[in-house]
Amino acid sequence: MHEKTLAELSAGLQAGDFSSVELTRHYLDRIGRLDPQLNSFITVTADQALVQAEAADARIAAGEAGSLTGIPLAHKDIFCTEGIRTSCGSKMLENFVSPYDATVVANLADAGMVMLGKTNMDEFAMGSSNETSYYGPVRNPWNTECVPGGSSGGSAAAVAARLAPVATGTDTGGSIRQPAALTGITGLKPTYGRCSRYGMIAFASSLDQAGPMARTAEDAALLLGGMAGFDGRDSTSAERAVDDYVSGLDAPLQGLRVGLVREFMENDLDGAIAGSAEAVIAELRRQGAEIVEISLPNVHLSVSAYYVVAPAECSSNLSRFDGVRYGHRCENPHDLEDLYKRSRSEGFGVEVKRRIMIGTYALSAGFYDAYYIKAQKVRQLIAADFRAAFEQVDVIASPTAPGTAFRIGQKTDDPVSMYLQDIYTIAVNLAGLPGMSIPAPQVDGMPVGFQLIGNLFDEARLLNVAHRIQSETDWHRQTPEGV
Amino acid sequence: MQWETVIGLEIHTQLATNSKIFSGSPTAFGAEPNTQANLVDLAMPGVLPALNRRAVEFAVRFGRAIEAHVAERSVFERKNYFYPDLPKGYQISQAELPIVGRGHVEIVMDDGEVKTVGVTRAHLEEDAGKSLHEDFHGMTGIDLNRAGTPLLEIVSEPDMRSAKEAVAYARKIHQIVTYIGISDGNMQEGSFRCDANVSVRPKGQEELGTRTELKNINSFRFLERAINYEIERQIDLIEDGGRVVQETRLYDANKDETRSMRSKEEANDYRYFPDPDLLPVVIDQAFMDAVTADMPELPDVRRARFQAQYDLSPVDANILTATRATADYFEAVAEVSGDARIAANWVMGELAAALNKEGRDIEQSPVDAQALAGLLVRIRDNTISGKIAKQVFEAMWSGEGTADEVIEAKGLKQITDTGAIEALVDEVIAANPQQVDNYRNAEPEKRPKMIGFFVGQIMKKSQGKANPQQVNALLREKLGE
Repeated sequence: MHEKTLAELSAGLQAGDFSSVELTRHYLDRIGRLDPQLNSFITVTADQALVQAEAADARIAAGEAGSLTGIPLAHKDIFCTEGIRTSCGSKMLENFVSPYDATVVANLADAGMVMLGKTNMDEFAMGSSNETSYYGPVRNPWNTECVPGGSSGGSAAAVAARLAPVATGTDTGGSIRQPAALTGITGLKPTYGRCSRYGMIAFASSLDQAGPMARTAEDAALLLGGMAGFDGRDSTSAERAVDDYVSGLDAPLQGLRVGLVREFMENDLDGAIAGSAEAVIAELRRQGAEIVEISLPNVHLSVSAYYVVAPAECSSNLSRFDGVRYGHRCENPHDLEDLYKRSRSEGFGVEVKRRIMIGTYALSAGFYDAYYIKAQKVRQLIAADFRAAFEQVDVIASPTAPGTAFRIGQKTDDPVSMYLQDIYTIAVNLAGLPGMSIPAPQVDGMPVGFQLIGNLFDEARLLNVAHRIQSETDWHRQTPEGV
Repeated sequence: MQWETVIGLEIHTQLATNSKIFSGSPTAFGAEPNTQANLVDLAMPGVLPALNRRAVEFAVRFGRAIEAHVAERSVFERKNYFYPDLPKGYQISQAELPIVGRGHVEIVMDDGEVKTVGVTRAHLEEDAGKSLHEDFHGMTGIDLNRAGTPLLEIVSEPDMRSAKEAVAYARKIHQIVTYIGISDGNMQEGSFRCDANVSVRPKGQEELGTRTELKNINSFRFLERAINYEIERQIDLIEDGGRVVQETRLYDANKDETRSMRSKEEANDYRYFPDPDLLPVVIDQAFMDAVTADMPELPDVRRARFQAQYDLSPVDANILTATRATADYFEAVAEVSGDARIAANWVMGELAAALNKEGRDIEQSPVDAQALAGLLVRIRDNTISGKIAKQVFEAMWSGEGTADEVIEAKGLKQITDTGAIEALVDEVIAANPQQVDNYRNAEPEKRPKMIGFFVGQIMKKSQGKANPQQVNALLREKLGE
């Protein structure tokens, strides 16, 4: 049953081949057996899942089901879920039970989806390996000595190991696409503003975006359709109708113009990763796409600009975790200053503290213009580069990450090397564009991701291209051993 | 040495929106602690601000009222600092690009001198909550009802040269914000708070002296006192060879003094940056037009209109337009009673005295405009005399009912029946032969004064109800025989 895609499961539910309760029990059982090894879940919500599944079955029986009704899923633990602990991977929120549902969570619940639990993640989504989680690292189902990528590593590992058919993730600099690449699944970061950020614990507000993680482009399309939409509670959400992401999936790629970023292909790109990407490009060409080399002259500034903007916003966003109203509070504070200092020192991990300090510094009087203002200017330049590129091409292609999954502990003492995991993904967030990672041919038995970048609100086209590739290849059908 | 004082004011006006600036919580004053704080106000993880359109309209309205430049694009920024009553760890405010730019107001001093005071800017921001230090035994209680209440911070140029000018300016701003309906202006409840930047310099010197910022001033009277105290303190300090330290000082009304709260050296670096959760506020022509169409009459315009329309003196027009509530009250009384003259006299006379005696504002008058107009109508139609009307007014003030109800209940209807009045006149003439003789033998020019005795007697007998004109006419007729 767990080898079926969301689309197939949906058909099975409608046909009465199995019930949502049966399906949910099946996945809960798998989580119980396999997750102790992977640690992809922080919280499993079995009781609530079965209640939701029963309700979904009633809805299906009443003929009121949609394509997502009765389908189990996992939510990244960054999304607030009413009555359920929402930890954001941090000790700070170890005992935080959210009093409300994030809009994305509510949208999917309204569609009849069944929440299996909350997945592990880098603390406050800051990391590219899932090692910064207070709840321990997640292991990659393809090699449990390796990381699954991050920050949505728990969701990626859970989907790759078939512990959930689909999962939600969030992506600030690559946090959906990089783990999708490293675990061999399909992940999409939508255009900034496509999914509401309300109830998604903020890391870097101008970059954060929720998106689907699935095994196929078709499943990602179905899930995105349920997540996306305007939300009056998020001023930055787009007041724009949600496209039908499914109906155009099969459109032929004849004449599609695909841009290859010169700067990505020439700089230090690992030969094996390049070879893998070339195989996908060859498939695109075979289907009639036209391959065009393009240039993004300022893209090399992305990582530097990102590591000013994201920490600056995070330093302010995380100020609310002060030990006063909720979250970790130190024992016996002797005054206000002590309450703040110890609650935050004890509640946050080392990477979070590092970024708060970088961001505080970047926003300080005397440095603000040199760092924050300059980084925002770079951002404008990068966005302009993409605008120019999209006059020539329909989509842009590149590797998702510079390599395959690395070993747990390998990069923990080298933050810069860790930050470079997102070298191909970060520019997409800075420009607010949609980006997607799909499986490419593996290297040494480990998954590799291929990135597709679209113009603003062009998710349907990305999904179409990805689906057409997946219709003709089996790179996305590989299954890790033992699951 | 001759000293010159330089004063600039920062006024925080609470905007009279129904809900908070970035959340749907109500803004009403005085609720149980934390009952008007929702998830957004509590800064729960994941929540986001959504701007209250009404607050923007109010800010633009103010911009129009002071003939200021209204920014087509203004930006909310985060002012970062830690404090328990600031739930997010930052206040959303406007820094670099405020919604209202440079404008001005005119103030009139007691001697009639008119002075223009520049307004540097006005920007939108959210209020913080309240820290309650009493009743918690070594701990601090936090009430977040006020957190997120919309404020318009109005910053003046350092154009004022005395405490009196500062008060005149503050009163003018107060008059404007209440007139245009963007604030209730209630100073006791903190809806209108003045901080004063005060410095002194030798007369003739161009360069400004070091300033101090005075906070915690909740009335115009205290504003004047605090500034005067501070001017004296600074001059004494300098003349004794000291120097003024740039700092924030709290005004203590009980001791009538200011004292140091924190110096600039310990000031926070607020690390302002544009709030990524909020889009820039864009004001287009349609928005401006809509605000302009909704713009209530400004105080200066209304004063001029009152003079022309109701034939009032400049002094009376000024008094009757001092607050919007007074002007609304007067205008309602004038319209309903149909007599602006008598309406003006009563509002400035009997009503003002009664309000004054009890220290009430006109909004809290137990006799509302409709009720007072009802009374004046009865004077106009001769149901009661002006004198009896005062008695009726007192009863109305004590809640004894409408004018008609009081007149009816107390039997105060004026006696206009000629026969009844004639009987009273005859009775009084018969009872006072000596006075009648005196009257008849007196010089004609002394008679009008002497007739007062008889009128008094008759009014007394009629308990004030006899129509005075009829009494006078009949008396003259009968005594003159």
